[in-house]
Amino acid sequence: MQSSEHDSSIGARAPDPQKAGLILDITTTDRWDLVLEQGFSWLLRGFALSIVVVLVWMSWVIFQQARPAIQQFGLKFLWSQDWDVPGLTFGALPYIYGTLVTSAIALILAIPVGIAVALVSSENFLPLWLRSPLGFLVELIAAIPSVIVGLWGIFVLIPFLQPLQQGLYRYLNWLPLFGTEPYGPGMLPAGVILGIMVLPTIAAISRDVLLAVPGELRSASMSLGATRWETIFKLLLPAGASGILGAVMLGLGRALGETMAVTMVIGNSPQISASLLDLGYTIPAVLANEFAEALDNLHIGALMYLALILFAITLLVNIIAVLLVRLMGQQGGISTRVEPTINTGADQPQRLLP
Amino acid sequence: MTATPTNSDPKSLAAELLHPLPLGRTWFTYGMTAIAFGLTGLALIPLLAILIEILRQGLPHLTPEVFVSLPAPAGVTDVPNGFANAILGTLIMVTIATLLSIPFGVMTGIFLSELGRGAAASGPVQTVASFVRFIATILSGVPSIIAGVFAWGVIVQTMKGFSALAGGFALAIIMLPIVTLTTEEALKLVPDSQRLASAALGANRRQTTFRIAVTSALSGITTGILLAVARAAGETAPLLFTALGSLTWPDGLLKPAPSLSVLIFNYSQSPFVEQTELAWTASAVLVGLVLLTSILSRFFTRRRLKIR
Repeated sequence: MQSSEHDSSIGARAPDPQKAGLILDITTTDRWDLVLEQGFSWLLRGFALSIVVVLVWMSWVIFQQARPAIQQFGLKFLWSQDWDVPGLTFGALPYIYGTLVTSAIALILAIPVGIAVALVSSENFLPLWLRSPLGFLVELIAAIPSVIVGLWGIFVLIPFLQPLQQGLYRYLNWLPLFGTEPYGPGMLPAGVILGIMVLPTIAAISRDVLLAVPGELRSASMSLGATRWETIFKLLLPAGASGILGAVMLGLGRALGETMAVTMVIGNSPQISASLLDLGYTIPAVLANEFAEALDNLHIGALMYLALILFAITLLVNIIAVLLVRLMGQQGGISTRVEPTINTGADQPQRLLP
Repeated sequence: MTATPTNSDPKSLAAELLHPLPLGRTWFTYGMTAIAFGLTGLALIPLLAILIEILRQGLPHLTPEVFVSLPAPAGVTDVPNGFANAILGTLIMVTIATLLSIPFGVMTGIFLSELGRGAAASGPVQTVASFVRFIATILSGVPSIIAGVFAWGVIVQTMKGFSALAGGFALAIIMLPIVTLTTEEALKLVPDSQRLASAALGANRRQTTFRIAVTSALSGITTGILLAVARAAGETAPLLFTALGSLTWPDGLLKPAPSLSVLIFNYSQSPFVEQTELAWTASAVLVGLVLLTSILSRFFTRRRLKIR
């Protein structure tokens, strides 16, 4: 029963010279403490593995539910175009097409704007007290629920874009890209909305990447006589290329999976049209619209198959993105990202600027 | 300046340094600066436009009535119209999600920070930790609708019905990686010297973790949880086919439950003006809640979290 007295206060034992050895022994000898300590350690491991279990379980459930459709349609599902619920024939191509096209529009719009925001909020164009709120404001877009962005899309963005779409159709309809009469909703507004929604991701991570480029490189470039923009184009952007690409991939992952805002402005029509002004459909949108009402096993299976495709693509894109950003970290510099950053301006590298 | 080459006249060197840039390079600098600022301005327009529109359309109908009444039947204009049930439903589901995701998320975060880092952990644990961290990052990028599909397969299908529980489960899946990664970030802010001091005083790992590390990082962990709550409260996609939505009060955890975000979605495509008005009002309430939570949490800790 030595163990029961052992955990009594150290102060009471201190005067006893014979037991001084026990005080210095900082490793616990209490059996219960040992059990608790070991248990605690294993408990933490158990909880930590839960997150891995969730991902595996998720893949398994979705795959399992998709089985009827996988058996029925096989890989032909990927390039088949029919989506006939009463007739029970399903094909994914229009949805895959719509998802890829809207995401491409989003990236084309968001990359230049995102990098510009990253440059303005990391370079010293503006004083520091103006720079940090700027980044914060752009990131605030990411906090707005997507259903509200979609509501804004229906009532503000589509009416605003409609004259532009009509103009594109009137003057550029010889291009297949603008070859159909605009309805209002369609792939172009959906792409624009997606661009707005992925902008914060691209801007924020690119900013971190640019800040992580060592200041010596920039000083060297400027001391050789390069102007600010020559330094940016020939040094900063190439040095941060893998990190910025990672940021773009993370943005792509968001764009591919974004549901509500797209569902609300794309028009929800499963067709493949070369024209961006035409209606379209995306994988998340069809899941959102049809899942609650799906009754037939094969219909559910087909929707699950679509979910599986989306899941696989986004996993792949995200893995590549994380590896790219991590690669940037290993090259030096962005290790500051792994450490917590306190937004006091201390993360702004010392820079010599004219 | 002894190294200055003797053959170069300092005067001509100065002249070369002070020589203005060629016109092309000057204009390139000005032009690119103008473009960068133009694009940055462009980036701020949507945020301002969305916020202004929510204030313009949402505030005029924001009466106390909307917080206490049920949605009026479509086309009926002479009864009180509101979304009290949706607010309650959102609160219920976010609470379920929070209760589910906090233990797992916080404990995983503690594992990543306290066991899976530094000299304290030997090789294999660190490998497991970096793998878990990788999986958490990947999971945070999984589209929210996939979480909904998963919850449908796990709960709605096995229990044969849409339920608030399924909605809460789907939201918990979305919150889990956010809570995990922000908890780890918060714990990393605690200096290692404090942990060493605690160990030197004879505390074991359990005591050091809970009395020193978690206590010091509590505000950061709370911030992470608040951000995750804000994110979950605004989610729509995973609720559409888990909680489904309803026009009445939430009726137990195993029945379909209304939520603000699904109400906004359903009413956004309504032909009735009073319903679209209600959608805007609900947006004002939801955006108010979400933005307030995330601005406050960021403001108090003044720390940029890397998870979005």
